[in-house]
Amino acid sequence: MLDPLPRSAANDSVLRCRGLVKRYGDVTAVDGLDLEVRAGECFGLLGPNGAGKTTTIEILEGLNFPNAGEVTVLGQSWGRGADRDLRERLGIQLQETRLHEKLSVEETVRLFRSFYRRGPDPSEVLRRVQLEEKRNAWVGKLSGGQKQRLSVACALVNDPEVLFLDEPTTGLDPQSRRQLWDLVDDFKRRGGTVLLTTHYMEEAEQLCDRVAIIDHGKVIALGTPAELIASLGAEHVVAFSVESPLDLEPVHRLPGVVELRQEPRAVALTVRQPHVAIPALLAELERQHAALSSLTTHHATLEDVFVSLTGRTLRDE
Amino acid sequence: MSEPRGLRRSALAQLALTRMLAFLREPEAIFWVFAFPILLALALGIAFRSQGTPRSAVVIATGAGDGALMRALQRSPDLSVRVLAPDVADQELRRGKALVLVRPGDPPSLIYDPSRPETRLAELTVRDALQRAAGREDRLELKTNTRMRPGSRYIDFLIPGLIGLNLLGTGMWGVGFPIANARQLKLLKRMVATPMRRGDYLLSLMIARLVFLALEVVVIVAFGWLVFGVAMRGSWPGFVAVSLLGGFAFSALGLLVACRARTIEAVSGLMNVVMMPMWLMSGSFFSADRFPGFLQPFIHALPLTAANEAYRALMNEGATFLQVAPQLGVLLAWCVVCFALALTWFRWE
Repeated sequence: MLDPLPRSAANDSVLRCRGLVKRYGDVTAVDGLDLEVRAGECFGLLGPNGAGKTTTIEILEGLNFPNAGEVTVLGQSWGRGADRDLRERLGIQLQETRLHEKLSVEETVRLFRSFYRRGPDPSEVLRRVQLEEKRNAWVGKLSGGQKQRLSVACALVNDPEVLFLDEPTTGLDPQSRRQLWDLVDDFKRRGGTVLLTTHYMEEAEQLCDRVAIIDHGKVIALGTPAELIASLGAEHVVAFSVESPLDLEPVHRLPGVVELRQEPRAVALTVRQPHVAIPALLAELERQHAALSSLTTHHATLEDVFVSLTGRTLRDE
Repeated sequence: MSEPRGLRRSALAQLALTRMLAFLREPEAIFWVFAFPILLALALGIAFRSQGTPRSAVVIATGAGDGALMRALQRSPDLSVRVLAPDVADQELRRGKALVLVRPGDPPSLIYDPSRPETRLAELTVRDALQRAAGREDRLELKTNTRMRPGSRYIDFLIPGLIGLNLLGTGMWGVGFPIANARQLKLLKRMVATPMRRGDYLLSLMIARLVFLALEVVVIVAFGWLVFGVAMRGSWPGFVAVSLLGGFAFSALGLLVACRARTIEAVSGLMNVVMMPMWLMSGSFFSADRFPGFLQPFIHALPLTAANEAYRALMNEGATFLQVAPQLGVLLAWCVVCFALALTWFRWE
């Protein structure tokens, strides 16, 4: 159907940074960050707002400059006189860009296409992001999801080798989010490398081959989503709350409970086998004469990994 | 994979094209650029139209001898005379509906405000009429030629000023606003993330400006000519040169104003600070000569003063290209200095 994208040898590092530091006045946004993204993978930077994700991705995009550290993109460094050639090979979607509201979808894509030497026809790009019917609509008339797909379309006009997506689905409804995920999958299938930031763990689990969890400008965990979840030592979370005070010490020692966390409204137990832990928990509550007011269980997620590492939830601000 | 050709492929052409489309899709912008100067010219042209030979209003207070005064003053074609009761006549003078009040007596007395040219004119006409009635004779017969000099009406003065004013407004806004807007929307940052040449972006703004500049100048000139008979008496190449250099000078000024400001509000404020002195002092609505002498070197260094003077010399006085060279020099200097500073200080993010 399409020409295959230029594919670097597998496991070549496409993006790499070492000891990255960025300070804004007294605030250290990025604090000695190391990162390596390999060809053909989708790599996620996961972390709460203010963790340093956007600063990191903008440094890799050559739009921001570190105070210290090394950055290489496709084997090259920014500011060595080859920036425009490097930009020919990258697709960039920024977090807050708003495109001109009074230009049509096709005019916008054609404008961005004109900045590059090579790339598909604008109509082909619109087909890929499923905006063909909207080609003559003004950008201002598009829904949030359509605007975001257009923004990605502008990043695809040059058939980039690397696609940068900074919180691509923040604020989108579930259906729009799924459409955007399909776009990223499509890009990956054609051999592209993706670096994305997100604070939605289900997005990272869905899209990313590997994830770096970032907090206070540092990588605090790195691996595939499955590896990170497995690092909890257990794959299920049982959360419960009771109406009266409870002595948690015996609960922690129940069979199969790996970790106990006191959350504002509930107690969360990370457990290996729910079918063993839950009856034991109920018996313990019975012994302490505590009445349950809620009990839920779920598979452990990257959110649980983050909470277990930092003691905070991703959406804590 | 097809390769687009020609204009579709040129970043400069696409940037200029999208800029023009975006402008044409803003009805407010169209109004300010095209309709506003025409409406202004129409309103001022009607308000200050020539109404034949003006007559000065004079009142005579009733009293002994008012009949003789009336007959004497009515002989002058330049006066419109009424006889009113003394208190009413006083009131008319106070309200400015009469310029001179004549009180009968021996000799009659004239009451007027000597600080205004039109009351001085009325007073001199009254004096002349009374002296003639008393038997004074003209010793010297003067030849007069009362045909109007072309290009001397207020509208002739106004139209070139309006062209200059429009160049200032559209040049500054037409470049400053899109830059501030793109920076605020982070669109500028997004474009810097592509291999786009930064010079192409700035040049595209200038090209779009030039296209609309040609249109707006043609519209105002055609309007002045068709509706008020304001003609072009001088060099057309000179006129084109003033329009081009003026358009570029004001665009460069707009670029300079918008080169660092982060928000549209900041740019608007700066624009007004820069434009206000020129609106007032550069002689668009009234002659810049009215300002005191120590201000004149400053006023003549302003780009709008240069543009206005050049337009007036060309349109009303039939100046040649060389005669407007000093003004062209001033505009060129503004172009070069503003561009150089704007490009040095420009903030892309």
